[in-house]
Amino acid sequence: MSEITLEQITELLCQQLIQFTNNDEVTISSETNLITHLAIDSIKLLNLVMEIEDHFDISVPLNTLVDVLTVQDLANLIYKIKSSQ
Amino acid sequence: MNLLEKLDAAAAARKAQLPEGLSAFGIPIDEAFSATEARIGKRRVLMLGTNNYLGLSFSSECRDAAHEAIDQEGTGTTGSRMANGNYYGHRALEQELAEFYHCRECIVFTTGYQANLGTISGLVGSGDVVLIDGDAHASIYDGCILSGADVIRFRHNDTNDLEKRLRRLGDRSKNTLIIIEGIYSMLGDQAPLAEIVKLKNAYHSTLLLDEAHSLGVLGETGQGLVEKTGMIDEVDFITGTFSKSLCGIGGFCVSRHAQLNQLRYISHPYIFTASPSPATIASTRAALKLLRDGQLLRKQLWKNAQQLYTSLQATGYAVGPQPSPIVAVLLDSPKQALALWNGLMEHDIYVNLVLPPAAPEGKSLIRCSVNAAHTSEQIDRVCQVFTELHTVIMQ
Repeated sequence: MSEITLEQITELLCQQLIQFTNNDEVTISSETNLITHLAIDSIKLLNLVMEIEDHFDISVPLNTLVDVLTVQDLANLIYKIKSSQ
Repeated sequence: MNLLEKLDAAAAARKAQLPEGLSAFGIPIDEAFSATEARIGKRRVLMLGTNNYLGLSFSSECRDAAHEAIDQEGTGTTGSRMANGNYYGHRALEQELAEFYHCRECIVFTTGYQANLGTISGLVGSGDVVLIDGDAHASIYDGCILSGADVIRFRHNDTNDLEKRLRRLGDRSKNTLIIIEGIYSMLGDQAPLAEIVKLKNAYHSTLLLDEAHSLGVLGETGQGLVEKTGMIDEVDFITGTFSKSLCGIGGFCVSRHAQLNQLRYISHPYIFTASPSPATIASTRAALKLLRDGQLLRKQLWKNAQQLYTSLQATGYAVGPQPSPIVAVLLDSPKQALALWNGLMEHDIYVNLVLPPAAPEGKSLIRCSVNAAHTSEQIDRVCQVFTELHTVIMQ
């Protein structure tokens, strides 16, 4: 299986977030803050994590999310988990 | 933003969500008259939002036991179980709970919240994994955080989703604690215990079942979901609370594993707190006997539950997935839920208002709970008021 790059994960994440926020007009980049820009509260973030887990076939422990603020932070975390598999 | 400004911002956000709804939370109960009636302000209200499932809060046996304990042992122990707070009653209650569940070990905690905190943080630690149901209670989340283990959430009551997450863990599934609840506190639905037991065995994991809302409610003798499903020998750890069917305050963990006893030496929520007061222990011991022999109470409880659930469903309300003493009415917006809550209060009926993010799936809930002391006439009146309000609220 070919390895996925950090850039690919970031791109996929941006696409997924557009669907999740249900707002086509919002522009999402790696610097987008999940809480202040996308208004993702704690419960929405937990549900988003479940979608991401299924998409990438990984498990993301909730305790690893404490430092996640931006899309880039989340992409880095997914990349790290995916790489360690 | 400094610390106090952060609190101001949180308060402003809460007020902005539902400015007129703030009075619904932490409402002052001015007098409690019985297991079903209280005074709120000038209103004598029917209490349809308690966890008093067997209606034992005013039972003469429990009150007498509490009075006697105060007279004989004083008002408080003033110390931890590990120091001067380890009275005969604490040990007797542990033995009685162990016998009730046919288990080897039992530890009594000072609150139900601490029972989950102390058990979870004692069982798992850094490098271990906890798999929790998506609708798990805050005490479970907090216990997981305290433990330092990796915490992974699976979709509520979805065994396929649980298996997917167990599979991904590989060898780590052996160091995984799965945590579920007998009856979930918001929607009143039950865990698919038999299927989850199969998975925990297949993946060599450990299972903790929280019977907080199912103790006294399910099973012939009221053990909970373990008894209803005949799974007592398959569940590794059972936690529960004294503050619902047992009408006191406190919590416990029972287990068939002798290793549970080790938690007394490592679990901070057990060690670093004062032990339950003698009155609490005495009333809980009396309530446990009533609970165990409470087949008639359970029969009445389920009759009331069925009556309310069926009526609300027939009226057209969206209710929880299965009949239960917790009857949740699901509403699309906080505003709609508040309107229904206010309408019920105007008819002297108290229920719980639950708004996002506390309610599952971003819904707002009117959470009703019936008990064995409610009469058919009281439930009839509640159903009638819900029917009257339906056309007004659901417009």
